[in-house]
Amino acid sequence: MPTTDNQDQSGERSVGIVETKLFTFPSLTLDNGETIKPLEIAYETYGKLSPNKDNAILVCHALSGDAHAAGYHEGDKKPGYWDNYIGPGKAIDTNLFFVISSNVIGGCKGSSGPLSKNGKTGKPYQSSFPFVSIADMVNAQEKLVSHFGIEILFAVAGGSMGGMQALQWSVSYPDRVKNCIIMASTSEHSAQQIAFNEVGRQAILADPNYLKGEYSFEHRPAKGLALARMVGHITYLSDELMREKFGRKPPKGNIQSTDFAVGSYLIYQGESFVDRFDANSYIYVTKALDHFSLGTGRELTAALSVVKCRFLVVAYTSDWLYPPYQSLEIVKSLEVNAIPVSFVELNNPAGHDSFLLPNPEQESIIRDFLLSSWEEIG
Amino acid sequence: MNTRLTKIIQEIDLQNRPDISYIANLIQTNERILDLGCGFGELMLLLKQKGVRVQGIEKDERCVIQCVKRGLYVHHGDIDHGLKHHLDKSFDYLILNQTIQQTLNPGDIIKECLRIGKKVIIVFPNFSHWQIRLSILLSGKTPVTDLMPFHWYDTPNLHFLSAQDFKDFCEIETIKILQTASFNRRREIKWLPNLFASLSLFVIAQNEKN
Repeated sequence: MPTTDNQDQSGERSVGIVETKLFTFPSLTLDNGETIKPLEIAYETYGKLSPNKDNAILVCHALSGDAHAAGYHEGDKKPGYWDNYIGPGKAIDTNLFFVISSNVIGGCKGSSGPLSKNGKTGKPYQSSFPFVSIADMVNAQEKLVSHFGIEILFAVAGGSMGGMQALQWSVSYPDRVKNCIIMASTSEHSAQQIAFNEVGRQAILADPNYLKGEYSFEHRPAKGLALARMVGHITYLSDELMREKFGRKPPKGNIQSTDFAVGSYLIYQGESFVDRFDANSYIYVTKALDHFSLGTGRELTAALSVVKCRFLVVAYTSDWLYPPYQSLEIVKSLEVNAIPVSFVELNNPAGHDSFLLPNPEQESIIRDFLLSSWEEIG
Repeated sequence: MNTRLTKIIQEIDLQNRPDISYIANLIQTNERILDLGCGFGELMLLLKQKGVRVQGIEKDERCVIQCVKRGLYVHHGDIDHGLKHHLDKSFDYLILNQTIQQTLNPGDIIKECLRIGKKVIIVFPNFSHWQIRLSILLSGKTPVTDLMPFHWYDTPNLHFLSAQDFKDFCEIETIKILQTASFNRRREIKWLPNLFASLSLFVIAQNEKN
């Protein structure tokens, strides 16, 4: 698949050099009654907020993502994770929209999470950080959005875990969202999805360096976290794409621990993940995913009876981690509630990761879904 | 009405689709409509312009993408197994515009449509059109005509029926026929429609006794 990553850095279709910023709020009370004090949220923005503040799109990231959705950080060669879709003239057009990309709480990329300092002890929370739900993540984002003086989001969009946040937004704040874009996502994890996350968490817990979450930064449970990421990565690609990419080829270079290219790919993915992610955060965020549930069938229909925005739901035939039937559950429940929804199942071979990759069809679906709403209002 | 929608509608050639204008006239503002096999969404656009709450189902990916681009609400799926979740009588009309002959189980789908919709509009190519009759009689082969331009091996049409066949079906199943109309490419046909119409339209509803 062709990428436009480096060509765009100085090109017209990039948001250019960006910076992750931090908002600090006095506190946030979580669904379970505990309070995070202070509450910090890392975020980036692209484009300009209109004078009447009606053109904001909140972008929500997936499990290992962060606030850096588009453009380049100073000196970086690779752009933000959704740079294919956000920029001037792109699907989420920054000439028209003001994009806010916020980092979730519970993670380790700048927002409050296990690495943050506990106000009471002056030391990092680590495993004493309170349990955070998807709804809590959304409530934190709501503070950020309100801080900008934005009453109604023109849209909230995300894939995978980002899709769950977008869906939760439409339920938690039905009067504050006009459009909701949900890609490769679900209204609740199936046993299979929980199972993959459980294997990841157990790999971390089994690491001798884990020490019930109170590990030192010199001796982190790196092997456990790398294994967790390896399991995750298997689920992000399709069988077809793996066969095409790796087949039964031998590993590149001098890797002693594996006989196959796919093995060395996974080892690389696991090892590089350890450098940029925290093991405790991995546990917190995957638990938030597993506990997220708006139900299925009638339960989901009842949960979605409050929503008021229009929806675009995109699924991928080759996505076996969040298979299309889960997107259809959402669509059907919306339809029963007579909520306007478009559902597209794209026959893209890239598996779960499809929502991140460049795809002209997908780009125009998102662009035109947003534009049709923009022009109807305007 | 926004300029984008008006522009798209202007681009659609409705000159040769008397059936679409006829259906658009039947439906009132604010009614809720489900268009089964909505294609590129021509009818849905006309209805949307009229202020009708319309959504569609379509299995062809290209059509679905085009509908989303046009700001229409469409569900990418197969009506042979995509209707069960809809509640009884949740739509004012269900529309099967040249769709029924392409489904696997037309009888079941029509009954399912009558459950979901207060009324059902059904349009299909009339297999008893004189050209088709003549073509079978003279050539002894499965007809290939303007309206059914496919061969037996590449046609999406799985079932062939005539206006008379459909009336018989409604009688056997005690389905109420509320209205009928017949068309050729350009206009409505009133005289001997089972012979001269290439398209047959029926508006049906569940018999209250059922």
